Amino acid sequence: MDENKMTQTGERLLTVDNLKTTFMIHKTKVEAVRGASIHVDDGDILAVVGESGSGKSVLMKSIMGLLPENAQTTADSLVYMGRNLLELSADERRKMRGKEFAMIFQDPMTALNPLKKIGSHLTEVLMRYRKLNKKQAREEAIEAIRKVGIPSPEKRLDQYPHEFSGGMRQRVLIAMALCCKPKLLIADEPTTALDVTIQAQILELLKQLRDEEKMSVVLITHDLGVVASLSNRISVMYGGLIMEEGLTDEIFYAPKHPYTRALLHAIPQPTTGVKERLEAIPGMAPSLTNPPAGCPFAERCKYACEKCESEIPAYRQYTKTQRAMCVFTEEELNAMDKEGKADGRTE
Amino acid sequence: MAEQNNQILLETKDLQKHFPIKDFFGRKKQAVKAVDGITFQIRKGETFGLVGESGCGKSTLGRTLIRMYEPTGGQIIFDGEDITKIEGAKLQPYHKRMQIIFQDPYSALDPHHNVEEIIREPMSLYTNASKSDIDEQIVELLKKVGMKADDMYKYAYEFSGGQRQRIGIARALAVKPEFLLCDEPISALDVSIQAQVVNMLEDLQEELGLTYLFVAHDLSMVRHISTRIGVMYLGKIVEIAESDELYDYPMHPYTEALLSAIPVADPELARSSKRKIIKGDLPSPMDVPGGCRFHTRCPYAKPECSQMEPPLVERTPGHFVACHIR
Amino acid sequence: MIVMAKNKSDQKRRIENVLSALKHDKLAIASLVFLVIIIALALLAPILPLDPNTTDVRNMFQPPSPEHWFGTDDIGRDYLSRVIYGGRVSLLVGFLAMITCVCVGVLVGTVSGYCGGWIDSILMRIVDIMSSIPWMVLVTVISLFLKRGLKSIIIVIGFFTWMEIARLVRAETLSLKEREYVMYAKFVGIPGYVIILKHIIPSVLPTIIIAASTGIANAIMTESSLSFLGLGIQQPMSSWGSLLQNAQSYMQNAIYMAILPGLLIVLTIFAFNKLGNLLRIFVEPRVMSGEKD
Repeated sequence: MDENKMTQTGERLLTVDNLKTTFMIHKTKVEAVRGASIHVDDGDILAVVGESGSGKSVLMKSIMGLLPENAQTTADSLVYMGRNLLELSADERRKMRGKEFAMIFQDPMTALNPLKKIGSHLTEVLMRYRKLNKKQAREEAIEAIRKVGIPSPEKRLDQYPHEFSGGMRQRVLIAMALCCKPKLLIADEPTTALDVTIQAQILELLKQLRDEEKMSVVLITHDLGVVASLSNRISVMYGGLIMEEGLTDEIFYAPKHPYTRALLHAIPQPTTGVKERLEAIPGMAPSLTNPPAGCPFAERCKYACEKCESEIPAYRQYTKTQRAMCVFTEEELNAMDKEGKADGRTE
Repeated sequence: MAEQNNQILLETKDLQKHFPIKDFFGRKKQAVKAVDGITFQIRKGETFGLVGESGCGKSTLGRTLIRMYEPTGGQIIFDGEDITKIEGAKLQPYHKRMQIIFQDPYSALDPHHNVEEIIREPMSLYTNASKSDIDEQIVELLKKVGMKADDMYKYAYEFSGGQRQRIGIARALAVKPEFLLCDEPISALDVSIQAQVVNMLEDLQEELGLTYLFVAHDLSMVRHISTRIGVMYLGKIVEIAESDELYDYPMHPYTEALLSAIPVADPELARSSKRKIIKGDLPSPMDVPGGCRFHTRCPYAKPECSQMEPPLVERTPGHFVACHIR
Repeated sequence: MIVMAKNKSDQKRRIENVLSALKHDKLAIASLVFLVIIIALALLAPILPLDPNTTDVRNMFQPPSPEHWFGTDDIGRDYLSRVIYGGRVSLLVGFLAMITCVCVGVLVGTVSGYCGGWIDSILMRIVDIMSSIPWMVLVTVISLFLKRGLKSIIIVIGFFTWMEIARLVRAETLSLKEREYVMYAKFVGIPGYVIILKHIIPSVLPTIIIAASTGIANAIMTESSLSFLGLGIQQPMSSWGSLLQNAQSYMQNAIYMAILPGLLIVLTIFAFNKLGNLLRIFVEPRVMSGEKD
């Protein structure tokens, strides 16, 4: 379908404004996402970075409409290519999945049906969404498998998932996602379960496909290394909220939010000296059933003050592309570091 | 880092651990050669990092070293004594000196036991101390790993992954071991918690004079914590060197590929570096390629590579490689 | 072990879980009440004004009435009394047979699963052999050696139905054996039987509880078939099963004779299953409400 192969114009694909998702479990309210806003432009690879409990997976599933019945999503705005997703019925939402946006998940081991041949996984998608007949679908499937770098695709179509390795299975999932030529691919920790060398292969593949298929990608991950090599924009998520967002270079070289800065210092960095003692972030992720009144990171933040704990701070726009949700400006944080005024909360 | 003397604490000679695959009648059909002839040494006080991808045998090597698994060939020498074949009660004193912490904090602790029972378990066999003495020691241990005395009667499910890992460490330290096998202890933890646990392990090492074998696949973290690193591929060690030396001057083609595959958390560096991406998949450990095991994926492979297995030799002082080409 | 939680918050949590399960399940509350009543009646029967044995042929086949709440049976005995006394027998048989069955099954299952090797092979072959003998043949042969009556029924049911529990327990044991905390216990040298008692059985307990509730049900059902064959409860003693079998001949004119014991069997089995579920919740070391993604 050539209409999807537009040149990447940088036009806005997806706008999410103040999305909130709550789960009701046994009369307890679990606030997984508490007002997150992101946007994706054509040609972007947006990385949504966060740790467990940050809400990043739930955010994406809320956008795609993949949540169970006990979940409720509200948003000020949830617009994809001009269509308001909130106004669509479940059925219309379902039709968009696969065609407009596709999602690949973390564990390639469990995402494929062990009783079905690889070929049928693909042809099923093709026949349903692109209304091809069996012969056309098979041809397209062979093409898709070849495109993701699996050799002898004709033979492999007739094999079962257990005959593929982890990396290959992930490639198959990517092929399935690409089948319907979506404009937006959402990848939820696509390489976490894979070995490093295989991960490198898959990341190269994603970059290549972004260029060839003119696809935009939302990459959910906790691995900053993966983010640095693949994405052009980053949104940092914590406790159900977006703490900071900006261009990749801005986030890595000029982070404005204490959480972002803390994350960068908690991993061994080649530039700062690999043997330097890591700056651990004390404490744990905040509760989702009883979220803190103020900034979710305040409890663990070494700069935190009373104001931080009483109300959620507003965004401060630093550049056209970068903004952070913190009471303090970058200069103030640096000053606190220098004066040693930081609370000095260590483990 | 901890002072190292060059005294060897643990060494192996041509160690093998094969898992037989039996056919219907119980006869051995094939074997998974998880560890297939490994000779190396771990020095007292050092942190030896062991890296490799899934299926390379690093976990198996670690567990065989501490005699959790029975070796099927070769020798293990702990502090000068050959412990390869001893069994039962004679092995007990050695298990006091070698302990393990596991990867998965959720399956490493019995969900039906509280912290006190978990930590007391290894102690019950090695000391005759009274219950109150043991309880006191447990409180001390908990404090040492950054937990509180009243965590003692809580159950594992009441804690987060990072805290469970601390409980596992406390359990391992309860019998005052000399050697600690860290079997991927941080892989299942969040980034910010990983730093907490790593720092704690470093502090404990310095305070207690421990020797670590740190098995992991997160290469940047391994570089950070290790003194020396060994790279494994399909049951053999292909390279050993001091950690900085290994990262700056890798010699083995597999090490090169592994290192260049590490995603670097620095966008400019990531853009400028040329990735050496190796093609293909890991061969099965049941069907190991002849000659040098890496030759099927090696970009520099020559004819002799498929015929003869290269021995692990010291190319430059302290730097060992098993390769025909380099 | 598991139940002696010194930890107050853990005790509280366990009780809370059970209470919350009860709150959401009205039937569970009704079941508990029902069980309490039934067991109380069964235990107190000797001191209650009941007379299951006096016959009164003039008043046979009386439908339920104010003098005879459950009516009378085919030879004029008060049916309520017979049903309550029958309950004593059924519950006793059910309970004791289940205990025997569970004990043997868990013993064989854990030892077989944990030890593996030739012990496992031999025990499992015994299980296979015993499972493959047609049940009725087995029972008939055994009954030639055992005196008819209550004790024999309990022995027969208990020693010939443990196989399934053994298999279930063995399967769980096999998977538990691979858990790292079990490997650790073995590594430091904890003896096998301690590992089975302290690590394996607590985790298998939920399965055992469910198997036990099914076991009681099976035992009660099995007892009635045996009684029908004349190998079980002998007159004038009655059990719900034997009452039921006896009532078959009189379905046309005295259907209450079948309905009453039959209903009680069904309700009791249902109630034990609900109880089993509650016990399982109590034993489970996890929070029941709300878990993050």
